[in-house]
Amino acid sequence: MSIVEILPRVRSFRLPRIDGLTQWIVPLVILLVWQAACVTGYVPARVMPAPTDVALAGWKLLISGELAQNIWVSFWRASVGFLIGGSIGFAFGLANGLSQLSSKLTDTTLQMVRNVPHLALIPLVILWFGIDESAKLFLVALGVFFPIYLNTLHGIRTVDPQLIEMGRIYGMSNSELFRRVIFPGALPSIFVGVRFALGIMWLTLIVAETIAASSGLGYMAMQAREFMQIDVVVLSILIYALLGKVADSASRGLERLTLSWHPAFQKH
Amino acid sequence: MTVQQSLRLSHADAQVIDVPVDFEQAIATQARRPSEQKSRGLSLTIRGLRKSFGSNEVLRGVDLHIPAGQFVAIVGQSGCGKSTLLRLIAGLDAPTAGTISFGEETRAEDIRVMFQEPRLLPWASVLSNVEVGLGTDRTSADAKARAESALTEVGLAEKRDQWPSVLSGGQKQRVALARALVSHPRVLALDEPLGALDALTRISMQQLLGRVWHDQTFTSILVTHDVSEAVALADRVLVIEDGRIAHDINVDIARPRQRGSADLAALEGSILRNLLGPGADATGL
Ligand SMILES: Nc1ncnc2c1ncn2[C@@H]1O[C@H](COP(=O)(O)OP(=O)(O)O)[C@@H](O)[C@H]1O
Ligand SMILES: [Mg+2]
Repeated sequence: MSIVEILPRVRSFRLPRIDGLTQWIVPLVILLVWQAACVTGYVPARVMPAPTDVALAGWKLLISGELAQNIWVSFWRASVGFLIGGSIGFAFGLANGLSQLSSKLTDTTLQMVRNVPHLALIPLVILWFGIDESAKLFLVALGVFFPIYLNTLHGIRTVDPQLIEMGRIYGMSNSELFRRVIFPGALPSIFVGVRFALGIMWLTLIVAETIAASSGLGYMAMQAREFMQIDVVVLSILIYALLGKVADSASRGLERLTLSWHPAFQKH
Repeated sequence: MTVQQSLRLSHADAQVIDVPVDFEQAIATQARRPSEQKSRGLSLTIRGLRKSFGSNEVLRGVDLHIPAGQFVAIVGQSGCGKSTLLRLIAGLDAPTAGTISFGEETRAEDIRVMFQEPRLLPWASVLSNVEVGLGTDRTSADAKARAESALTEVGLAEKRDQWPSVLSGGQKQRVALARALVSHPRVLALDEPLGALDALTRISMQQLLGRVWHDQTFTSILVTHDVSEAVALADRVLVIEDGRIAHDINVDIARPRQRGSADLAALEGSILRNLLGPGADATGL
């Protein structure tokens, strides 16, 4: 059988396109099963509140303004920490990817620091900053720094040297070479770093807010634990999950927009 | 088939000139363009050219004169230094010794190179890739129009807004050719540009190359491992051996050339025998 004969059949076996709704089927089923388990008493309320109870708790907090306040505080910490750590990581990635000297000076040091889990620094950070805003920003920035640094560096180092030579042959200046060849070539790898960093950003923030904070979602969850408000605890966890999902979708959207040339992102 | 045909012909049928040739004599007799129009290409003179990589001496004294507008093909066994020579001519590397001089003052835009890989920017449209070829004129007002006319020249005008990734190998190489031609170079250096293409695409690309060379009258230097391609396109075939030009062969066959014709095949066979060296059996290919 020739390839020409096989191809059309392979085509017809293609999976249906994932549309906006398909991905929500599983979460919805989980929610329904969860509700059923709670209503029937199969899961006791002090172990796990029903989704409707969680929603009710959320509604109350929303009305009091507490929820919006705490989400805003956490969101602010996440984005400012991300911007600070991300920019520094990006700057070091660029410098070390483009300059041998810079790389020789700093890369080994950075690789050593990378081996320290940044959450292990929490006691030290509390001693330095107390439970101040700067403590959380510092931890988030530190956590975000490495994935952005490593992937920017990797992206720049793996740009096809033949393309760089081509750019030189056609008379590109250094800045033009960067803008037209090196940066676009490194972008897919930088996005991998961004998505890693977003995960680390939320994780760091949850831990930091749970241990050392007087506001924010993590603080809200810890407060609720003290008063045995399990519905608020679950609510906080769900909101974290939702925020993580939103951040991931945003970065994917940006990726689709800027990497439309990439075969992996082309519409068929 | 063509190889076997050519075996029946005597060695003397092909005009093989063994080097060292009389340099000035060679300059006087080699310039022969098929067209009467005056070439806008640059002439090229290489004297005593050497290139070593560490202790590995790849080029051991190359002397060569290429008249303006000539189409020269360079053949030789893999690793003999063809690419090295081409990169020196294109100014991508510096020679260890010797000189390369062009007939006139040159600008960067006058000399263009094409490689086996198209080297297109995947994140730029076909048209912007061609615009890259304008060099420092990239920002000029008519950049787009010039890129479009170069694309039309290679027959890809309708692909201007596509990403390179959707093009076939032959189409990518045609975009690379448009990029090399858009600045109207006076020397085009080609390093096995068709080496990665399938046989049919390669033949149509050879025709395209022959046509643009004829129309634009630049000097063309083509490195190839395909001897039939060399004799089909070139005015002159150089065989490199032991870091020198071992044979300098005029292809005195009128254009348009008939692919597979007896005289092309005879010449091809003779060059192949030169390439393989004495005692080699061409039928064993
Ligand atoms: N940049 C380089 N550094 C070291 N050796 C090289 C380099 N470029 C080419 N060479 C060597 O020079 C020789 C000729 O290479 P090349 O000109 O690419 O041959 P070809 O005729 O196949 O194009 C080979 O032995 C190759 O290993
Ligand atoms: Mg080569």
